[in-house]
Amino acid sequence: MSLLQVENIIKRFGGLLAVDSVSFSVPRGAVFGLIGPNGAGKTTVFNLITGNYGPNGGSVIFQDRDITGQPTHRIVAAGIARTFQTIRLFANMAVIENVLAGCHCRMRSGPVAAMLRLPSQHKEERQALSKAMAELEFVGLFDQAENLARNLSYGNQRLLEIARALASDPRLIILDEPAGGMNELETAALVSLIARIQARGITVLLIEHDMSLVMKACEQLVVLEYGKKIAEGTPAEIKKNPLVIEAYLGSDDEDF
Amino acid sequence: MKPAAGQIRKTAYAAIILLWMVAPLFIGKYWTDVLNNVAIYAVLGLSLNIILGYGGMFHMGHAAFYAVGAYTTAIVNTAWGVPVLWLMPAAGLAAGLFALVVARPIIHLRGDYLLIVTIGMVEIVRIALINNVFGITGGANGIFGISSPSVFGFQVNSIVAPAHYFYLVTAFLAITIVLFYLLENSRFGRALKFLCSDEVAAQGSGINTAGYKLAAFVIGAVWAGMTGTLYASKMGFISPESFSFWESVVMFMIVILGGSGNIAGVLLGAALIIGLPEIFQGLQQYRLLIFGLALMIMMIFRPQGILPPKPRSYPIDKLEKNEVSF
Repeated sequence: MSLLQVENIIKRFGGLLAVDSVSFSVPRGAVFGLIGPNGAGKTTVFNLITGNYGPNGGSVIFQDRDITGQPTHRIVAAGIARTFQTIRLFANMAVIENVLAGCHCRMRSGPVAAMLRLPSQHKEERQALSKAMAELEFVGLFDQAENLARNLSYGNQRLLEIARALASDPRLIILDEPAGGMNELETAALVSLIARIQARGITVLLIEHDMSLVMKACEQLVVLEYGKKIAEGTPAEIKKNPLVIEAYLGSDDEDF
Repeated sequence: MKPAAGQIRKTAYAAIILLWMVAPLFIGKYWTDVLNNVAIYAVLGLSLNIILGYGGMFHMGHAAFYAVGAYTTAIVNTAWGVPVLWLMPAAGLAAGLFALVVARPIIHLRGDYLLIVTIGMVEIVRIALINNVFGITGGANGIFGISSPSVFGFQVNSIVAPAHYFYLVTAFLAITIVLFYLLENSRFGRALKFLCSDEVAAQGSGINTAGYKLAAFVIGAVWAGMTGTLYASKMGFISPESFSFWESVVMFMIVILGGSGNIAGVLLGAALIIGLPEIFQGLQQYRLLIFGLALMIMMIFRPQGILPPKPRSYPIDKLEKNEVSF
């Protein structure tokens, strides 16, 4: 049964057809990979799913509901969380506050409740704080809670983005090049983190350039080139696909 | 080291509060009136701080909301004789509704674009007041004969006894500080700081950025409107002159100079911007020159303001281990 279905989605930027009628479906509980050469339209597909862009055609179905063109905050509330390719943390805020941003959509108290310091608001704040600390522990940043986000190492900033996304209790987490800028040790830890996210019952959709990570972590892959889907299958099938080998030839082929 | 610094700060705050409370007993009427103005601008600065400080929206038309509140008070009070303090919620509501209507279409504008539009807004309000819209604003002359506030039957006349008015406006300032402190340290305050820091990331974390920006405008306007009630009842008359673009600039300066996003900073900003020109009155026409120079030096050497906000600390150590769970 599929959690997310992308159907014939199209995105144009002026004269450029960035995403050309791409369809795929992500099964519930899977680790699903989206790969392709630079400029193939992978991040654009992510932005279409998360509502950062409105598509020019096609639809996005999540848990049997059409979420096409909905505002981003609604999509997060529906259960899709994401990280960014270029790290987008609240740099001058504490690590714990960054994670609390993810808790936001699962909280209810408004400004009036805060000003009146209602018991329900107080309780909710405590619960959010403990939830945020739990997510920090999950990604291994428990000790960094009171540091400023900008003082973390690059790899840890990526982990913090994942913790922030997890704090929104997603059904699907979208990771945009999570291993970018990580060393081999950190990448290995990331592979096991992805497995632990999957074990929590959260479906993972990821874009990645590090082919060894993709081959290790993903169960199923979709390959994009020039905005079109050129292949789909298990990592073993993709490795042998002549179209994929051609697309990567001279660039990343040594990774295969 | 750290707890000692906290102790010093607490003692300093206590001393300042004590000094503030007893000040009218030792200074004359004139200086008490200066303190009254400081308190009024402190509340205005705090209300603008929600929009400009936490939300990071360059709003230079705050005097428009202040005017809506003051005129609502003046019109209803002079026409039907409703006691002014009862009109405070009405003035806040009127300013809040006005903000909802005018801010809705401009909320997506960023930085300097928003600045220009809000300047336009405050000018339109001022010109509308001068032209006596609906024939109820009294044109350029304004409205006279607004009654002074009465607290449980006790008349608080700010002209005869500024000290009485001092305690009224101080009470309102104190309530504002407490409520806004709670607001700052809540889901709402955090959401504003997130969208100020990175709007795309805030949206991606599930925050309805447009909704929160609008809410910040409305809350800021409600408070400015209520402060308008206090101002109208203090003066006894109001005119469009009191709500010029310059008033908006003063409020903007209070927040930016004091430390945007920090309550203590805004209070200090109000004391300096409103108080200092009075202190240097001996210098006559040179005082504004010195004042302007001080502002320039400040912005070069400390652009984040005199007291920028400190990162908030969370009671992590108070969480019990078994509470940390998914």
